[in-house]
Amino acid sequence: MARIRDNYERSAAYRAEKVIKGEAEPLDFLPEEDRTTEDKLTIEKTVKESESELSLSPETLTETVEFKLYSRIYKALSVVVCIIFITSLVITAIHLPSLGSDLNPANNEVPERYVEKGVEETGAINTVAGMILDYRAFDTFGESCVLFAAVICVLILLKESDLSAAEHSDRQNEPKNDGILKAAASILFPVIIIFGFYVILNGHLSAGGGFSGGAILGSGMILYLLAFGFEKAHKLFNYKTFAVTVCSAQIFYCIAKGFSFFTGANEIETHIPLGNPGDILSSGLILPLNICVGLVVAYTIYTFYVMFRRGGF
Amino acid sequence: MMLWWQNLPFLSIFLMILSSIVSLSLSFKAARNICVISLGTVLTMSVITFCGVYVSKESFVYKMGHFPAPWGNEIRSGLLEPFLASIFAIIMLLAVLGGMKHIRNDIESKKLNLYFLTTDLLFASILALIYTNDIFTGYVFLEICTITTCGILMIRQIGRTTLAAVRYMIISLLGSGIFLIGITLMYDISGYLLMENMREGIAKAIETDGMTLPTVMSIVLVSLGLSIKCGLFPFHFWMSDTYGYATPSSSAILSGIVSKGYIILLLKIYYRVIGIETVAQSHIQDILFVFGLAGIIVGSVNAIRENDIFRMIAFSSAAQIGYIFVGFSLGTQAGFTAAVFQILSHAVTKPLLFISASMLSDASGGSKKFSDLMGSALRSKIAGIGFTAGALSMVGIPFLSGFVTKILIGTASFESPSKMMPILVVLAISTVLNAVYYLRTVVRIYHPRDLNKKEPKYSNDGYSSSVFSAVIVCFVALNLSIGFFSDFVTDIIRTGLSMLA
Repeated sequence: MARIRDNYERSAAYRAEKVIKGEAEPLDFLPEEDRTTEDKLTIEKTVKESESELSLSPETLTETVEFKLYSRIYKALSVVVCIIFITSLVITAIHLPSLGSDLNPANNEVPERYVEKGVEETGAINTVAGMILDYRAFDTFGESCVLFAAVICVLILLKESDLSAAEHSDRQNEPKNDGILKAAASILFPVIIIFGFYVILNGHLSAGGGFSGGAILGSGMILYLLAFGFEKAHKLFNYKTFAVTVCSAQIFYCIAKGFSFFTGANEIETHIPLGNPGDILSSGLILPLNICVGLVVAYTIYTFYVMFRRGGF
Repeated sequence: MMLWWQNLPFLSIFLMILSSIVSLSLSFKAARNICVISLGTVLTMSVITFCGVYVSKESFVYKMGHFPAPWGNEIRSGLLEPFLASIFAIIMLLAVLGGMKHIRNDIESKKLNLYFLTTDLLFASILALIYTNDIFTGYVFLEICTITTCGILMIRQIGRTTLAAVRYMIISLLGSGIFLIGITLMYDISGYLLMENMREGIAKAIETDGMTLPTVMSIVLVSLGLSIKCGLFPFHFWMSDTYGYATPSSSAILSGIVSKGYIILLLKIYYRVIGIETVAQSHIQDILFVFGLAGIIVGSVNAIRENDIFRMIAFSSAAQIGYIFVGFSLGTQAGFTAAVFQILSHAVTKPLLFISASMLSDASGGSKKFSDLMGSALRSKIAGIGFTAGALSMVGIPFLSGFVTKILIGTASFESPSKMMPILVVLAISTVLNAVYYLRTVVRIYHPRDLNKKEPKYSNDGYSSSVFSAVIVCFVALNLSIGFFSDFVTDIIRTGLSMLA
């Protein structure tokens, strides 16, 4: 009998009865650990708690039976999901309009105008440059903002305010004063940089442009850093030159394209000469925009490398 | 002929991008001021555009460059777009101002300007998602949105936020990838990237060949990709860590605006690219319906089991996203209206909860555990009021925005008899569950730790609390006005949706 009463006193119904009769507050029945005393309420406690949450090591987690079972089911399921997904995509691909057929819906007036009138309307011999930097320039501006956002996020994640520790680990892991590398780089670096500029500046005339030329420039900069170390590279490329270059290139891009969009939508004449197609100074804004994109891409690639290597210029 | 105010959507996107770029070489204070000023300007511009469209009663397209679409890019605005842009600008402004103290405490001082840089760029991408009329532009800005969101998450550098940001990145990129495959299939079927032309192309393809596998697959992939990105059940598990450990402004922006940006893109694709009749034929809505309902229940149950106020609010987001998809799944005008209203209601309520919960936690020595939060509303009155208002709105108390959503979804469900009963039952269950965890929290924060002692008033660590109070008051006022003028708001949404089609 007594045990039944004990059970009843522990039950929710008993608590509800007490509360309804007004004999107790709902919060009196909170579990012990939920109650607070003022001395508990210190910042140290919170800090300790968050530390203990963080220090829960992966080893202890992975050893539990639940985890092992869970990971087995997880692996099996992910394989099944992937197979279903791949199969359905492959079957879909079979039903798509066949590749290269002239009856495809994608062969319509849009590519026709790009190919037939591209040179006349944009002044660029390279149709792709005309497409991405003139016809659909808003998308490409978005792409350059993607690069900008990516480089900023890498800065947020990896930039260290104190480089001394990073410098130490860098010395251990990376080769220093490698004679062969230095000799090769002193020949290759100027060639790569000149080739990069060539690809950028000829973007509107032949295959290439800001994105590919910028990648070449960036790899040249990384080679320079690898061969000659941070001290020398720092004189040419540092955080200040990065910020100034990327900022001014993006601002120029933003304002130039903003001007072009504004005048285009309001049917105002821009007075930007398209020049003689085939000349190096032709095709209106495409050449300067290619240079801007090239600089942004080059510095993005270089900054990625520097940040992942030691977290600072 | 262009009218002068029709330039404003384009200018607002470019203003946000420009202020973001400029912030790279500025100090924290300058970057903050530029962020606040440009958000204010965008708000004014959006309100003017809204008034312009409201008076002229016609949507307009804006050519981006010298070539008309489909050769060039264009943006387009009806009534709904500037309305959403203005509400989002207000929320963004309030979220940044309300969390300023935490931004300064949580973030390394040398990276503070980068925070405002990323928020500016994030908002620019949201504006572009709202206004775009070209599906590839939509994809590009979707990417910017994902990357900048990771930026504002991991800028608070404790281990958990980095982990949460990585998890968010993986899930979100999976969503982007699936979405990209979806729009590629659509391009293959229709041959265009401009929304109107795609719709004609898809309609033509369905007319000649019927609902072929690629058509169904493209609809499924686009819906799947975007619902993964905004955290529909069962893809909601990243939310608790992501919202729980980021700096409060980031949590507010992410839950209030970013996930809504994805949903708005999905809405535009349903209305402008596929057409809601075709969506109904593909039966994707029945799948969304099941997962929406499941999300409502599972989100609420997870929230009840949490012992951390931020993670509780985060799980309740999963439930709220579920409501939006239930609205979508009805496939009727009324259903979409309810969904858009829920977007607005959730966008004004969730940031309010995050911002006031951050203040409550400050008043309790920085702890987020419920046991420590007891009496915190007595220590910080304004935060208590804010949290209570937000909680009541989430539960669905009349005159607050959350109530109207439930009414709208309930009445919309009468039009589709097969879905009516499950919706009404789940609405009832979810209201009870919401009441359990939100009202329990409200009772706790107003219950003093010691009944005999008076709770000490919390002073805001030397930061001015007047800005914070103003932010809370604005949020509550916004919530109340959406609730009170719900007829006006639903009218705008209805007209906006009919302009969208």
